[in-house]
Amino acid sequence: MTASVDQPRFGIDALLGDPGVRTIVCCGSGGVGKTTTAAAIALRGAERGRRVVVLTIDPARRLAQAMGLSELENEPRPVVDVDARAGGSLEAMMLDMKRTFDDLVIASADPERAASILANPFYKALSTSFSGTQEYMAMEKLGQLRAAAEAAGHLDLIVVDTPPSRSALDFLDAPRRLGSFLDGRLIRILAAPARLGGRAYLRFVQAGFGVFTNVLSKILGAQVLNEIQAFVASIDTLFGGFRERAERTYRMLQQPDTAFLVVAAPERDALREASYFAERLRAERMPLAGLVLNRVQTSALPALSSADAEAAADQLQRLGAAYRTTAGVLRVHAERVTTVERQRQLAARFTSAHPDVPVVRVPALPGDVHDLPALRRVGTALSGCATGAAPER
Amino acid sequence: MPATSADDARPDPDWEGVRLHVVTGKGGTGKTVVAGALALALASAGRRVLLIEVEGRQGIAQLFDTAPLPYEERRLAAAGGGEVFGLAVDAEEALMDYLEMFYNLRRAGSALRRLGAIDFATTIAPGMRDVLLTGKAKEAVRRRREGRLVYDAVVMDAPPTGRIAKFLNVNSEVAGLAKVGPIRHQADDVMAVVASPLTAVHLVTLLEPMPVQETCDGVAELQAAGLPVGGVFVNMVRAPLLRATDLRKAEKGRLDRAAIADGLAAAGLTGPGGALAQVAVDDAVDVLCAQASDHAVRVALEAAERATVMELDRPTYDLPWLPDGVDLGALYELAEALRAQGAA
Repeated sequence: MTASVDQPRFGIDALLGDPGVRTIVCCGSGGVGKTTTAAAIALRGAERGRRVVVLTIDPARRLAQAMGLSELENEPRPVVDVDARAGGSLEAMMLDMKRTFDDLVIASADPERAASILANPFYKALSTSFSGTQEYMAMEKLGQLRAAAEAAGHLDLIVVDTPPSRSALDFLDAPRRLGSFLDGRLIRILAAPARLGGRAYLRFVQAGFGVFTNVLSKILGAQVLNEIQAFVASIDTLFGGFRERAERTYRMLQQPDTAFLVVAAPERDALREASYFAERLRAERMPLAGLVLNRVQTSALPALSSADAEAAADQLQRLGAAYRTTAGVLRVHAERVTTVERQRQLAARFTSAHPDVPVVRVPALPGDVHDLPALRRVGTALSGCATGAAPER
Repeated sequence: MPATSADDARPDPDWEGVRLHVVTGKGGTGKTVVAGALALALASAGRRVLLIEVEGRQGIAQLFDTAPLPYEERRLAAAGGGEVFGLAVDAEEALMDYLEMFYNLRRAGSALRRLGAIDFATTIAPGMRDVLLTGKAKEAVRRRREGRLVYDAVVMDAPPTGRIAKFLNVNSEVAGLAKVGPIRHQADDVMAVVASPLTAVHLVTLLEPMPVQETCDGVAELQAAGLPVGGVFVNMVRAPLLRATDLRKAEKGRLDRAAIADGLAAAGLTGPGGALAQVAVDDAVDVLCAQASDHAVRVALEAAERATVMELDRPTYDLPWLPDGVDLGALYELAEALRAQGAA
């Protein structure tokens, strides 16, 4: 590759055809088509012979709609109407955050203790409304799926959709944040201040603890503080360290058998997020396989510029009613070419900042993607040989 | 204030009496842009408006093309004699405020921050963060200086539709934890504003299936939580570029190809020296018809989504699609469109 404008080409088939790739993580900011992308990749993988499970996290149940399923459970279940001639299979599941957390508690504690944790209001709030819990449980579920796949050998590819957060980085950061909170110094102080070693440290901690509990009970009330302490004490011995658990999953994502895809729409904000994410992955030495640019507008008539089409439409409008249809189709063309050009400029900015990140473009489809044939079309586009789209160099 | 002729023609604003405008929407629908345009529109009658964001993403600063906002109210823009101020609310800072205001504990607060306790309390204590963020909006709505309200209206760029009911319904969030005590008191205070006619929760959507579905779900959730549903703001609305008969024909692939070829020739596009001189006329007509068909399919889908939005029976406002994106000038344009439709 000689010139910087020569963006490396990328197609999903290279990833799907590599048995060494066992996990594909689709990241990106909200509203860019992550879920659709994950579903399309999973379907294409299955129909090319991989035994795939796709994990989606979205509460709007978009994947369920896209896969023609009315309901997804917290365990994978087979997707029907998948072409299995190549020997592959497809299972799909939607993350139930609270159930994943509950299962974790039930599996790790004796029934009595588990019941008391599940009834603790602090646990209830943590398992349903803490902003990082969803990401943490997505990581947890991914870890479980990987373990199950390795044990049973019935799956060889996991495709993960990430929670619908504002920032793609949340998926990487939130589990660590939750882990460090639950496993951090403060929680330990709350749980058992006297257990920490060192007399001087102990004095400091107890002084800090006094101020801390004083203020916290002022803000929250003594009852809340007691419940937090009860919760922390009961989970302390259970989880063998939340942080350690989060770190383990994090390291798993750094393995070469994990491929990250960052998904974006050709819009300023989405591409800015994609850019942050690409930088972050590089810093973390995580393998970024490419950028999926969704809903890219194309025109098969590039010879006619937007300005020329508009001018011709204006001229025909003046010539009379007989030309109204032509004027109309020319205005449609002008709008389309304007969009093509704006998107091209936005994508070029990303590429000049990240010349080594390969890009695959998925053309905008006029209708909504909500069935398997439409997912197959998206899959074809992801392979880099989109029909009707101008091929990338 | 002297009314201009343009003001005479305006409909009466739909949200008289509302002082807190909460703007939510599915990711990607442009709720920050709508919140900014609404703030400008509300300010344009000589009023003072505070625009606040709560997700720590500095979206307001980017929209108004200014430096990142501190935890401090900053003047962002002037609009028709009014002013828009901006504030990025930070839960930690709000908690420090709270400690100082009610317990005179700022110094202890600083020590606690070093220990990580402030971060802990704002992040882990369930519902705490949302109480602090909504509490700040409530405080701005009620704030008075020399007996007069400081802000005529507060606009909040709120969390997305999927989380909005839970975010605003702080009472139920802390209910399981704090039955008495200061947090409960603060939550009750917040509810007294957000569940009252002082507040309207507006939803931003695009005319696409999933955003519209989330809008319907959001309206149902807000209603179930007893929160006041405001208007539906339809963003990025594009006018059909073909007349109705041509839209129908284009959708079925039955546009008059000969007429289009004639038109291209009449405009001099296909003749010698024309932009399409090197393209076979049939091919050009094929492409134009295919594009017109895409356009017609989209227009039809949008009409179906529009019908679903209308079934919600809420005041609805259209914001035009702006091909070149939204800069500050475009934001004023959108604000004007909102005023013309009676949103402010």
